[in-house]
Amino acid sequence: MVNFTQWEGFEGRLWQEEVNVRDFIQKNYQPYDGDESFLAGPTEATDKLWGELQKLQKEEHSKGGILDMDTEIVSTLTSHKPGYISEELKDLEQIVGLQTDKPLKRAFMPFGGIRMAEQACTTNGYTPAPELHKIFTEYSRTHSDAVFSAYTPEMKKCRHAHIITGLPDTYGRGRIVGDYRRVALYGIDFLITQKQKDFANCGDGTMLDDVIRQREEIAQQIAALKGIKAMAASYGFDISQPATNAKEAVQWLYFGYLGAIKTQNGAAMSVGRVSTFLDIYIQRDLDNGTLTEEQAQELIDHLVMKFRMVKFARIPSYNQLFSGDPVWATLEVAGIGMDGRSMVTKNDFRFLHTLENMGPSPEPNLTVLYSSKLPETFKKYAAYISIKTSSIQYENDDVMKPVWGDDYSICCCVSATQTGKEIQFFGARANLAKCLLYAINGGVDEKELEQVGPKYAPITSEYLDYDEVIEKYLDMMDWLAGMYVNVLNLIHYMHDKYYYEAAEMALIDTDVRRTFATGIAGFSHVVDSLSAIKYAKVKTIRNEDGIVLDYEVEGDFPRYGNDDDRADEIAVWLLRTFIDKVKTHHTYRNSEPTTSILTITSNVVYGEATGATPDGRKAGKPFAPGANPSYGAEQSGLLSSLNSVAKLPYTWALDGISNTQTISPDALGHEEGERVTNLVQVMDGYFNQGAHHLNVNVFGTEKLIDCMEHPEKEEYANFTIRVSGYAVKFINLTRKQQEDVIARTCHKYR
Amino acid sequence: MAYNYEQNIIKGNVHSLESFGLVDGPGVRYVVFLQGCALRCKYCHNPETWAGGGSQWTARQLFDKVYRYRQYWKDNGGITVSGGEPLLQIDFVTEFFKIAKMKKVHTAIDTAGQPFTMEEAWLGKFEELMKYTDLIILDFKEWTYEKHKALTGKGNDNIKEMAQWLSDHGKKMWIRHVLVPGLTDGEEDLKAMAEFISKLKTVEKVEILPYHALGVPKWEKIGIDYQLKDAVAPTDEEVAKAEELLNVKAYS
Repeated sequence: MVNFTQWEGFEGRLWQEEVNVRDFIQKNYQPYDGDESFLAGPTEATDKLWGELQKLQKEEHSKGGILDMDTEIVSTLTSHKPGYISEELKDLEQIVGLQTDKPLKRAFMPFGGIRMAEQACTTNGYTPAPELHKIFTEYSRTHSDAVFSAYTPEMKKCRHAHIITGLPDTYGRGRIVGDYRRVALYGIDFLITQKQKDFANCGDGTMLDDVIRQREEIAQQIAALKGIKAMAASYGFDISQPATNAKEAVQWLYFGYLGAIKTQNGAAMSVGRVSTFLDIYIQRDLDNGTLTEEQAQELIDHLVMKFRMVKFARIPSYNQLFSGDPVWATLEVAGIGMDGRSMVTKNDFRFLHTLENMGPSPEPNLTVLYSSKLPETFKKYAAYISIKTSSIQYENDDVMKPVWGDDYSICCCVSATQTGKEIQFFGARANLAKCLLYAINGGVDEKELEQVGPKYAPITSEYLDYDEVIEKYLDMMDWLAGMYVNVLNLIHYMHDKYYYEAAEMALIDTDVRRTFATGIAGFSHVVDSLSAIKYAKVKTIRNEDGIVLDYEVEGDFPRYGNDDDRADEIAVWLLRTFIDKVKTHHTYRNSEPTTSILTITSNVVYGEATGATPDGRKAGKPFAPGANPSYGAEQSGLLSSLNSVAKLPYTWALDGISNTQTISPDALGHEEGERVTNLVQVMDGYFNQGAHHLNVNVFGTEKLIDCMEHPEKEEYANFTIRVSGYAVKFINLTRKQQEDVIARTCHKYR
Repeated sequence: MAYNYEQNIIKGNVHSLESFGLVDGPGVRYVVFLQGCALRCKYCHNPETWAGGGSQWTARQLFDKVYRYRQYWKDNGGITVSGGEPLLQIDFVTEFFKIAKMKKVHTAIDTAGQPFTMEEAWLGKFEELMKYTDLIILDFKEWTYEKHKALTGKGNDNIKEMAQWLSDHGKKMWIRHVLVPGLTDGEEDLKAMAEFISKLKTVEKVEILPYHALGVPKWEKIGIDYQLKDAVAPTDEEVAKAEELLNVKAYS
């Protein structure tokens, strides 16, 4: 057992004998069930720095979304000299560290794919150094090149036809959350010692593939830890030892995260569950009288400011999938411990309060781990912040805790992994709506008009027969699940090989558990299509070659989103059927298969690539996002819609079931207090039924339309909305996506 | 309302269902809009509920559907029956609320009071309904008989009687008034209305509902000429003024 003087005043034993942050938290945190009245406003320093950053953000927006890009230096832990929000104000920055030497300047990150790194520059008017091209094509390989060199022709076809779509083969997979708290609690040197022990203990001397690979990975992790230490030293901090006080704890933790975002440009770069942990340090300093509430809030404000600045250079096709420049710096608050104590601390209030002190913002992706058993004061404050800013999302701790324990982090938009103990292989989506069309057309793609899937017998009748459709759909889904899993196996093999996340994995247990996160796109359209075939009459409309390109629905049919069991049972069946088929296949590194119903903003792109569906959706029209019911399907209001989604069992979609709802303020109540109470009641009712996730937006359609037409208005500069799985500034969406958001159901007073 | 003589089960004619009503009674409400109304208010925002028709439900079927939402109601929400005019289907509503009260669900009726009469047979039914009703949300469309008739097609003596009856029998009420600038904002009328309301003993809340034009497309859809084409929503100041005249604050 080691004992650091920095740990004075902390309780517990196990966390001192092994790396175990959860144990430290459980032994030391103080639940808070009071209200928000203790909170402090922004300090002068916060106002100044935030003002400066807003100026930079405006400049970035006016320059088309990119302020500056690096074209010379390959980003590594120590590639850049220290950077600050502003040279003149740098003494005001309580928490320091930038991805590059300048604020909002995007780093050059070629390891995921040199072509993408170059394209990100050239499409934004920058020219990368020619030498870099030579290095990463002639002397070295990158992840994307490796993946494409190994793909089969059939895989490429599936990718091209978008039946498997959004794959992390042209961008970093992300979704790996280092336990950044470890840097603060243990200091880098102790962590290196532990990894060295693991290295010595790796294998019995027989050099098989897995042992060799693990030895190399641990060696990379140790190098990364040393790199993080050197990076911190360049900012004038020695992080070899544990943090002494709250300020150091915040700073040490942030250096851990900074290590991740300097070396990886994954689609999701989550921060993790840091709030309760940091409260322990803050509370110790408050009790010692060495910190005031103003200073505590300032630390959190400045940390959050850093999370608001995370940027990556992206290519146009990426921006179409994930619009609005998101990084998913997801950060959790609240939750309930295994022992039943609320994990809400004052710090959970402080993190939400940043949305008041510095206004609404898409990042960090603030996530409330919700339970109806959280303190009423906290639930109300969160609801109040939701109504005011539309910037937070809610996930049901009551359904996640039995699976992931009480120290999980959300690793992207909605998916949980145990912090420091698990990672997931991100797998984008299988387009189940297109799969249904393949079942009908015998594997011929309805857009490409060529054979993409297997040449099974197509349906030849004029009207669709439910039993026949289901039989063929099951066969086609069998094929798709196999193809999909194999594509992902290949991608993740290459990612581990060419773009290994050493800095993040260094802060995760060596003996890590892996999940294999598949996903579903087009969910509601398959459900409604099958319901239409079952309960109404669906006529096929074919081209001269007999390929069905459109459908006519005769009669009425129940739709998903109305709390009507006839449709909702199809939804539950679809989810179960798909995940069961995925589970029959071997998954890379013995990972555990999961699935999600989550599309992010990619519902627009996926819909564009998909022909008309039997539910009446026209060719090319956007899918409903995530697990949302289809546009216009809901006939009896928000709660019916919520009840339908709540029927999907979370345990079958452990990667998450995303639901985004927009409520007009008038529909929520006449005055603020009423709105807060009502929103809390809606969430209690929804989550008590076992639902997983809810994005809450509170504004009217009029505001969105006005913002689309007048993006230059001052009031819209930070206007943030929740979309499937994350938050964006509305002005940063493409026109098409803005129109899509506006078209979605807004629950209003009638 | 139709009787099914074979099973002697009353069926209600339902226009539509709203699972998330937050302004038609306290807390989160499940709102059942019934079909049919005898008034023809010029500003009606759901004129498609005037005629008969709609889908038919037994009280039990409807309650089973609605009761799935109790998770959202907690201790203050519940069911509101609106319309159309719910009192036109009084037997059905009574049956529906009787079942609801067995499960201790809060019940409210959103009515314009038009079917109310002191005539014995009807009043008997109304008394029975009131046993199972926790709250009556009553619209005062206009104050004078003539203006009420001009706006809605019917007079309002019986509506005032109804308010008095509810007060005398200790039934809780919310009073509502739709404010259309230049039409229902007469200062004298609002003062007289306020005077009347102040003498009622069971008023919990008085609300001004600002006129909105959201219902206009529905008129076009069903092919009736909308007479208030020039009407605009009241400004915040106009609403505040009306609220002051109706002494709204005294009831909150």
